[in-house]
Amino acid sequence: MERELKHLEIPSSEITPEHLYLTRRDFMKAAGIISASAFLAACGVAPTAQALQPGAPTPVPGWSPVVPTPSAPVPDNAQGKTTDELGNKLNSFADITSYNNYYEFSTAKDAPAMLSQNFKTSPWSVQVGGLVQNPKTYSIDDLKKFQQKERIYRLRCVEAWSMVIPWSGFQLSDLLNEVQPMASAKYVAFTTLMDTAQMPGEGDPSFPWPYKEGLRLDEAMQRLTILATGMYGKPLPNVDGAPIRLVVPWKYGFKSIKAIIKIELTDTQPETFWNDISPQEYGFYSNVNPNVDHPRWSQATERRIGQLSRIPTLMFNGYYDEVASLYTGLNLRTNY
Amino acid sequence: MQRKRPFPWLRIAVHLAAWLPLVYFVYGFFANLLTVNPIQYLEQIMGRIAIYWLVAALAVTPLYTLTGYRDLPGRRRAVGLYAFMYVCLHLLVFFGLDYGFNWYETWSLIIGKIYLWVGVLAVLLLIPLAVTSFDYFIRKMAKNWKRLHWLVYPAVVVSILHYGLSQKGDLFTLRGNEVRPFFWLMLTFVLLAMRIPVVRRWVSGTRRKLVVRFRRVPQSNKVEAGQNPLPPGS
Repeated sequence: MERELKHLEIPSSEITPEHLYLTRRDFMKAAGIISASAFLAACGVAPTAQALQPGAPTPVPGWSPVVPTPSAPVPDNAQGKTTDELGNKLNSFADITSYNNYYEFSTAKDAPAMLSQNFKTSPWSVQVGGLVQNPKTYSIDDLKKFQQKERIYRLRCVEAWSMVIPWSGFQLSDLLNEVQPMASAKYVAFTTLMDTAQMPGEGDPSFPWPYKEGLRLDEAMQRLTILATGMYGKPLPNVDGAPIRLVVPWKYGFKSIKAIIKIELTDTQPETFWNDISPQEYGFYSNVNPNVDHPRWSQATERRIGQLSRIPTLMFNGYYDEVASLYTGLNLRTNY
Repeated sequence: MQRKRPFPWLRIAVHLAAWLPLVYFVYGFFANLLTVNPIQYLEQIMGRIAIYWLVAALAVTPLYTLTGYRDLPGRRRAVGLYAFMYVCLHLLVFFGLDYGFNWYETWSLIIGKIYLWVGVLAVLLLIPLAVTSFDYFIRKMAKNWKRLHWLVYPAVVVSILHYGLSQKGDLFTLRGNEVRPFFWLMLTFVLLAMRIPVVRRWVSGTRRKLVVRFRRVPQSNKVEAGQNPLPPGS
């Protein structure tokens, strides 16, 4: 269906967040009309069939070489660009700041935008410690000394929706190189601010607050792993995890922890929030993988916010060439 | 003596409660009020509303036991059918809007997903109830009609299980997004418990006692035994 809607797109030179927002409104209206006709005609054959066909035998379970993967590396300076390296159009600033999972504020996806409005992001400090030679506490200003990058990443939510987002920030590897992990350090653990007065969701006893996430050290050192402090050339909006959040684009969105106050290097695999809640559904790795379903739904396709029909999900969210070597020989079915 | 028929406000309220959300969804779809992911929004909210109506259908009889309000039992069929309407809308959004009536993809999605089979089971239990909701079947099936419609009890429980299992979290350890499904499940158990004869008799007995006491007060100026008379001038 999105192919039929191509004519609604405007020239890339005209795109600004505000324009995008306005065109999206028109898009949604047209989309509504087309979907209504799709209802009658039952014509919606999504372009996903080839992704679901069983392909060549896979050497290790959970791997599939069938899914097309790009070879274009992600550029460091994407300022002014309107598409990612695969040609996917950016989502609008309004899309990105009105809809997400931020359970610290609310379990409803449209509520954090409002509830986070008065969140206090200054003063803020990020404590970096654990198995490092130079433990250090950084203010947000201190972190500006690391080389700033503009990266356009696809964000694939575990719930099978996705967005294309222009982040600004710096590589986590730059920070880790400064604090110097010890030889015994194997993992990096992240912790979100715990403040029930500001983050009402943290008062919900159904969840193991505060939010925690973790990466293997080699994943943390990968160049695509960034700490974002901005989005769309503006300071990071509160709803998206201000003042500083992790972005790991080849993993499901929940790995990209928001409002970080602590980074700790450890020699054991850190506990993570969703793994603690439901270990059979949310593994430590949580790499985007169309071949390994969530126990309760398929991960083969996703809905890009702003589009109507589903699109195939790419292996490692399309970052196959850059990250696949991290997992050589690993059974991705058991290490989900 | 012919009693004057009271204004059917409950009947109107039931119809409004069913149709107003749909008016909002249609308007909201075109006015961008249904989040930036309107299909997922509609899919989930239709399912939740179906649960609300299913539980409401189970609540009619206990509410009648509790209040004795005569207009209640006559609304049960409409409430049940509106539940089924939202079940159908939930399915239509799932198959149509979400998967574009792509049966191959939908089948490969459903296969091996327990919560979807639980949902399928709920629908299979509800279909015969909706089909036999006409007066014709009530007359024709006589006793068997009641036997068949007993299926609504497992159908509601299975529907809520589908809801709970579809959430991120664990329904059985109550971790994650399970507070709401758990609430509806517990409410359903209370409503089912009120159908146990002993409980029902106790509830309606208590109600009669309460109603009698309530009616006695305005008829008599005398103070109930055991209570202090009000001091003069107060």
